[in-house]
Amino acid sequence: MTQDDDNLIDQPEVLKPRMVTIEISGKQYTVPEGITVIKAMWYAGQEVVRGVGCLGGFCGACATYYRTKDDPKVKTCLACQTAVQDGMSFTMMPPFPARKAVYDIRALQDPKQDLFNLYPEAPLCRNCNACTEACPQKIDVREGVWKAVFGDFQSVSDMFMDCVMCGMCTPVCIADIAPNLVALYVSRAQGAHFTEKPAGLETRIKEIKEGRFDDEWNRILSMNEQELTELCAKVK
Amino acid sequence: MNIHALQQIVHQTRDARRKQTFPRLSPADRDQLIHKYHPDYRASAYRPLRFGPNEGEKTVVELATLLEGDSPIDDRIDLIPHHQTDVLVIGGGGAGCAAALHAHEAGAKVILATKLRLGDSNSVMAQGGMQVSVAPEDSPVTHFLDTLKGGHMENDHRLLKVMVEEGPSIAKWLIDLGVLFDRQADGNLHVKKGGGSSKPRLLTCSDYTGLEIMRVLKDEVINRKIQLLEFCAAVELLGDGDGTCTGAVLKDLDNQQYVVVAAKSVIVATGGIGRLHIQGFPTSNHYGATGDGLCLCYRIGAKLSHIDTFQYHPSGAVYPEQLVGALVTEGIRSEGGHLVNARGERFVNELDTRDVVSSSIIRECEEGRGIRTMSGRIGVWLDTPLLDVEHGPGTVEKHFPAMVRQFERFGIDISKEPVLIYPTLHYQNGGVKIDTNSETEVNNLFVAGEASGGLHGRNRLMGNSLLDLMVFGKRAGLTAAARAGSMKQGKLTLKHLERFRAEAKRHGDLSGVVSPMILPAYTRKVG
Repeated sequence: MTQDDDNLIDQPEVLKPRMVTIEISGKQYTVPEGITVIKAMWYAGQEVVRGVGCLGGFCGACATYYRTKDDPKVKTCLACQTAVQDGMSFTMMPPFPARKAVYDIRALQDPKQDLFNLYPEAPLCRNCNACTEACPQKIDVREGVWKAVFGDFQSVSDMFMDCVMCGMCTPVCIADIAPNLVALYVSRAQGAHFTEKPAGLETRIKEIKEGRFDDEWNRILSMNEQELTELCAKVK
Repeated sequence: MNIHALQQIVHQTRDARRKQTFPRLSPADRDQLIHKYHPDYRASAYRPLRFGPNEGEKTVVELATLLEGDSPIDDRIDLIPHHQTDVLVIGGGGAGCAAALHAHEAGAKVILATKLRLGDSNSVMAQGGMQVSVAPEDSPVTHFLDTLKGGHMENDHRLLKVMVEEGPSIAKWLIDLGVLFDRQADGNLHVKKGGGSSKPRLLTCSDYTGLEIMRVLKDEVINRKIQLLEFCAAVELLGDGDGTCTGAVLKDLDNQQYVVVAAKSVIVATGGIGRLHIQGFPTSNHYGATGDGLCLCYRIGAKLSHIDTFQYHPSGAVYPEQLVGALVTEGIRSEGGHLVNARGERFVNELDTRDVVSSSIIRECEEGRGIRTMSGRIGVWLDTPLLDVEHGPGTVEKHFPAMVRQFERFGIDISKEPVLIYPTLHYQNGGVKIDTNSETEVNNLFVAGEASGGLHGRNRLMGNSLLDLMVFGKRAGLTAAARAGSMKQGKLTLKHLERFRAEAKRHGDLSGVVSPMILPAYTRKVG
């Protein structure tokens, strides 16, 4: 490989990793600065089975509480997406026994009213805003709960598209609401009941059923390898 | 040099690059490039399998070692079942959920076992979208041809025809369950263009397509009260000794006990192999992507297909170190993002197929036009700020919120700074050979999703994975459920294991590892 040093990114942290002291579930370890919280656990020699999922910030398995040096505020993060720093103290959130309502989304008659039967605690929000502060995805969770209660399902589904279902909004709720589950119900109801069915999709399903493409299929599937290759090359 | 100084060339050359067009490569040029630079053609990384259904065929060393590995189960295990069911689904990602839901809907008793939590999978990370030919100017036939071309003409035609034809009805099923696909102003589904596709065909939920689908499917699995066995990894299949699968042995990862499940049918939906880090590549895959299903199916006698070909997604993050291997969605290139080398030049049509784009990035880096990091990595720039220039300020933020968030956590604003990328191990193109009902060469053993093989040929097109796993998850579930009514539960034996071990002995013994791997060994040995 020939390459001059002009194209080398400075990363002093990589050349000589600074070691930092952190606390995992109250126990001290020394780990390289800047690695993710999950990697710090592996570095510390811990086996992790519960608490790791996609490692890409999407599945919500690695919900973690942490505090930085000298700061009393306990914050939340996804362990696969957060770098450790000196003095950081963290512990993974155990699975929280939130109640999920069970429903047949397609059979709902009045989804906006049904919300109050499925999640009667939803309108009892006391506006403390702890859920919003707990959200690692920066969703305005409290606002979402209110919008759900007022029937603005469209806004809720937009706001919660980022929700990874980590559930960190739930243990902090003094009204025992599980906002992420409420939002999931609302989003599904929005999709199943309050969003226009796409006409083009129905047309295409009908076309396939009625055999509109059958002649083309017959032509293509009777081709030999070379003819098919040539046809594919022409598709632009 | 400071990273911002190195990025300047991307900003300086942007206007000139916008006027350039890059044609897609001709089939001949494409083959030449791939043969020279694609990791699938690195002969030293491969070896032939010594025994088993694919004896003599080559695959990567990492996978061969596991396929020729020994089972953790010995003869003394008590095979009295803890659970009995019509259908056992192994895997809790997209294919597993689709299979479980359809089997349940058809009236079967279903157990879904997964080694992590329900939904912890690659499916949840799928950002690019799902290919379905819904646009008036598009058709299932065009979808078929695009996929065939992308797969180097090696795709199984029957599987492929099934997938493209059932795409629209799968989209309808998801919409009816409440999945919020992006729409056009007229209410029709919005379609985006994906790499290697001639027509816009990607259904998306911003860049959270997989997450949105999985939130809904997980919720539905729970609503239907399908029995879940979470943190239970399948470690061996059970058979009647006569070519029929009859259940599985799971290992409960919380208490290390074996759990025996008798099932009239077993659906393996265990996903891919990224965490084997083939050829040392970083991966975009989830924690459990260790190819478990391949080992299980191979030992019980199911043949594999196309296990010599893997997909290296062109754009895995290289910087910052914390995000190495994480995926930078192809959507960025779909919307016009350029790939730029250290000299500020484009070097490929960014919407060519993934194997072509990855090969060209490897070429640029091997020929000295890459940008290196001090941790020994190398990459090229993906010009993300170009999207805001091209389509108006706020485009990146609006269309790629997941990615913005991911980099923002490390102080990088991708709408202002280009990101450094290099191919990352993303997908196993092959897998267990199946028929159009998703059944393997072993009776009543089905495989769906990434663990199956043949559909994608030698290179999967963007957006075909989500569709594959929905369509074949459904087919596996429905076929398994339909059979359950008229079937008796078969005997639970480990005769196939005796045979496998005996065959290994004749060929110089097992590889010395125990498989499946279950989870990668990332824990540092301390002290």
